[in-house]
Amino acid sequence: MHGSETFAARGARAAEAEDRAAAAALGAGRRPETESEPWPNVHAPDAARAATSEVQKLAPAGRRRALGVFLSNPTAVAGLLILAVVAGAALAAPILFPDDPLEMAGRPLQWPGQDPRFPLGTDALGRNVLAGLAHGARISLLVGAFATLAGLVAGILIGATAGYFGGLVDDALSKLVEIFQTVPGFILLIVLVAIAQPSVPAITLAIGAVSWPQVARLVRAQFRALKEKEFVAAARALGYGHRRIIFREILPNALPPVIVLASVTVATAILMESALSFMGLGDPNVVSWGSMIGTGRDLLRTAWYLSAAPGVAIVLTVLSLNLIGDGLNEALNPRLSGEP
Amino acid sequence: MPLLSVENLHAGYETGGRRLRAVDGVSFAVEPGETVGLVGESGCGKSSLARVLMRLVEPASGRVLFDGLDVGALRGPALKAYRRQAQMVFQDPFASLNPRQSVGEILSGPLAVHGLVPRKERLTAAGDALERVGLPRAALSRYPHEFSGGQRQRLGIARALILAPRLVICDEPVSALDLSIQAQILNLLAGLKAQMSLSYLFISHDLSVVRYFADRVLVMYLGRIVETGSWQAIFASPLHPYTRALIEAVPTPGRRRHAAPLSGDLPSARDVPPGCRFHPRCPIATPICTEADPALRHVGAGQSVACHHAPESALQEGLPI
Repeated sequence: MHGSETFAARGARAAEAEDRAAAAALGAGRRPETESEPWPNVHAPDAARAATSEVQKLAPAGRRRALGVFLSNPTAVAGLLILAVVAGAALAAPILFPDDPLEMAGRPLQWPGQDPRFPLGTDALGRNVLAGLAHGARISLLVGAFATLAGLVAGILIGATAGYFGGLVDDALSKLVEIFQTVPGFILLIVLVAIAQPSVPAITLAIGAVSWPQVARLVRAQFRALKEKEFVAAARALGYGHRRIIFREILPNALPPVIVLASVTVATAILMESALSFMGLGDPNVVSWGSMIGTGRDLLRTAWYLSAAPGVAIVLTVLSLNLIGDGLNEALNPRLSGEP
Repeated sequence: MPLLSVENLHAGYETGGRRLRAVDGVSFAVEPGETVGLVGESGCGKSSLARVLMRLVEPASGRVLFDGLDVGALRGPALKAYRRQAQMVFQDPFASLNPRQSVGEILSGPLAVHGLVPRKERLTAAGDALERVGLPRAALSRYPHEFSGGQRQRLGIARALILAPRLVICDEPVSALDLSIQAQILNLLAGLKAQMSLSYLFISHDLSVVRYFADRVLVMYLGRIVETGSWQAIFASPLHPYTRALIEAVPTPGRRRHAAPLSGDLPSARDVPPGCRFHPRCPIATPICTEADPALRHVGAGQSVACHHAPESALQEGLPI
């Protein structure tokens, strides 16, 4: 209806209308205002005409900045280096030690340094301890990584569903999480492994089944906070479906603390696998750090290096993952790294 | 037929077992091509009304008709089709853009979801949308944090307009911006309206913005519309004492006296005063105001007011108060 009217004219008429009102109120004594601009102090160009020719490049994007913070943190880099050594050993194990590490390689119970072929000695059955450590690293990292992956997938799916939809769905899923959390994790793990066969995939899935509730709780809390944000309302107003909002809008914003938790979950998974193997519940067909400690236990007084070597390997690996987790937390948590 | 017609709309939130009536019996219409300004204090239910109209909050009762369709009853694909025709520009340009998505993703998302443009042409269309709001195409690969407040609000406008809607609900689109940027954004919105034949429901707590922008003005107080009329009528002869107080509170260069502000705060929407909900703060309240809730009545020339004492009080006092 006012399509042809210019907005400047609109402003002028608005001012006139108000002037009439002001004049009526104040009587004849008051000089009517002759200013006709809607905002006389503002002489702004039209945004479309005053087009911004360039967008100035500001601070590096969030991910690159986080990487910078992470790499300038000495303890995080130390953790990364230790983990790189362990991962390198795991990758090189089949090349450096092509024989089955469970096979007899030499005379039993040689101390480290006794025979240059076995730098860390041999165990009671004459197996090469160093080869066992290298092959054990494969199992530890593999189980740690895939158990965490399984826990993350389950935890994110369940936590995101509960946090996003809320209501009855949230109530039901939160109860499920609580049920899992009231059962002591390691007992549940032993039961699960005892029911299934003690194979590497079964152990991995069982550890995943023990670790998902923590992830689910964290993801649920994140989603509950993030779904109230205005950009989520905007996505709904644009007609985005639930799946797109969950995975493309909210999840990327919910991930930083989950990544931090994941690094610690890998460490916990490695410890759980070691504990299972130590108790003889691990996969008997592969060598694992836990089983090496377990078999060395009987000879603790005469050949303590048999337990100490894999023990140190576990300590270093778990420590490195915790250092990485701390570094990630500092890099990804805006409150710790001073991001606005 | 009006483009948007709202009939006796109620909406609210359940908090601590008590009902907060944010929108309490609101009726109005937006004609095609019209800009309707909605003014009121913070907390009077303006944003809740916008969210109900966008179906982000479900209405408790009443009807919202868009082009004759009952918006409250839309489900699935029909609701999606409605969203394509009615879009919203949000108040806070820092919160309404996903910080983890590039501008290209933000702008091509709606095209993908509604299947409007083939995948290969989406970025081109997003670039066109950027140029329409005065931002360079190079911004497609940037992230929201690299933009200033005014630039981000232009991104918000570009996103709302990329689906070529017919109605745009602007929820205080300039209140978070610097004054000079406000004028730019308002001019941009005005220009786009002419280009794309849009209708606006323009929500603001700032009367000077609404005067500049709106064809018709709705004045909202505590969940209810207390006065409506053309912008000329509202500013020349405000009939409701609340409208008069709002106009009086606008600083203008020609009138350098101190505004006589309203006493007291906006009452809580949990505890709406009986009778006329404005009476505790009203300078001309009489006993009837504490008892009877005044209905919105037509007082001529397209102006309606919900006050027992209008228009007589306005005449007696001289305009405005």
